Amino acid sequence: MPDDVSALDLVLTGDPALFAIVRLALIVSLSAAFVAAMIGIPLGAWIALSSFRGRDAVIVLLNAMMGLPPVVVGLVVYLALSRSGPLGSWGILFTPQAMVIAQAILVTPIIAALSRQTIEDLWLEYRDELTALEIGPLRRVATLVWDARFSLITALLAGFGRAAAEVGAVIIVGGNIEGFTRTMTTAIALETSKGNLPLAIGLGLVLIAIVVVVNALAWAFRRAAERLSG
Amino acid sequence: MIGFVEVTVSVGTVTLLDRLTLAIAPGAPTVLIGPNGAGKTTVLRAAMGLLQPTSGRIVWDGEPRRAIVFQRPTMLRRSAAANVRYASVGADRTRELLELVGLAHAADRPARRLSSGEQQRLALARALARDPKVLFLDEPTASLDPASTKAIEDVIRAVSARGIKVVMSTHDLGEARRLAGEVVLLHRGRIVEAAAAPGFFDAPRTVEARRFMAGELLV
Repeated sequence: MPDDVSALDLVLTGDPALFAIVRLALIVSLSAAFVAAMIGIPLGAWIALSSFRGRDAVIVLLNAMMGLPPVVVGLVVYLALSRSGPLGSWGILFTPQAMVIAQAILVTPIIAALSRQTIEDLWLEYRDELTALEIGPLRRVATLVWDARFSLITALLAGFGRAAAEVGAVIIVGGNIEGFTRTMTTAIALETSKGNLPLAIGLGLVLIAIVVVVNALAWAFRRAAERLSG
Repeated sequence: MIGFVEVTVSVGTVTLLDRLTLAIAPGAPTVLIGPNGAGKTTVLRAAMGLLQPTSGRIVWDGEPRRAIVFQRPTMLRRSAAANVRYASVGADRTRELLELVGLAHAADRPARRLSSGEQQRLALARALARDPKVLFLDEPTASLDPASTKAIEDVIRAVSARGIKVVMSTHDLGEARRLAGEVVLLHRGRIVEAAAAPGFFDAPRTVEARRFMAGELLV
């Protein structure tokens, strides 16, 4: 990617390197959000419907983990995936897979905590009805997740937003390798360190535009779905 | 059919039901009446197993096949038909039940977009999808307009005619007169008077019942 052209030029001319970065960033962040949702929503639902010793402490811990420092997560994942680490045999350090793992660890507490709150609120509303209908535990969870689906979209968006905006973890475990693990945020960090501020700002604007478009699409989907299903 | 034997329900220091003994037999609807806080809803919730007696016991004759419609039923976020289908046991009778409650035309509409009266009828259909032998109704027509009230009462009569035992609470003496086979007057968690409807309305035995019938406030 040349340094002396503006980001607008790169976007308008369909620069392949830029689009490779955007594509990779989207794949990594969406994959991380998907993995985190697969773990975080059931986890949040389970905590919402469970009562056990130390539940309050678990909720406080989960909420606190929403603020996990990305560089710390990146460091832990780096150590785990490095050759001498416990998962070194996987050989995925400095690959997009490692970036997905790091981002998923960051995003899972966000989705789990927001899902827990959403589902717990809905459970208070549904408890008598589902108990009277003699609905079993697994079906209760499925019912609550399904009926909270529109609110859970917000949790997913928060998770995706965190993943898309994150730089500390992916730069440690991905290595910011051009054409392989370079994402929007790592490219912005690199261009800024090189003093290429117009390009960094341009890339930042593209990143913000992507996040806005994804949120707008999710919002439109939510409104349309709500109209159809109440 | 259902027996309450010396049932007491307490929450903290508050006694909601006080050594209540009541036998509910098959037949025409049993209607629980009484002022707020008398224990009507507690009787229904205890019979549904939604709260456990502090002492005493509730005995069922055979398997307790039961369902309840709450005063403010919660509609699941799906269509009216899907709400009924969700609760179904055995063969799917969604269409038949929606027709019974007069909501066949609204089968595909989101349940939460229905009017209060329609939601109450949908909740009735959903409860009936459990194929209950006993149907508990907690103030099923509270805050409904006369047309909606009549629609609900018509469904209650139809349900009762099918052999399903209806046990309901109401504030509305007129409704109790229209529907009840048996009336149970509750006050402060105790049964003041329980009698067949004609006898209760024509010749109440207790002072409290006479006062309640006369529209006086039982406090």
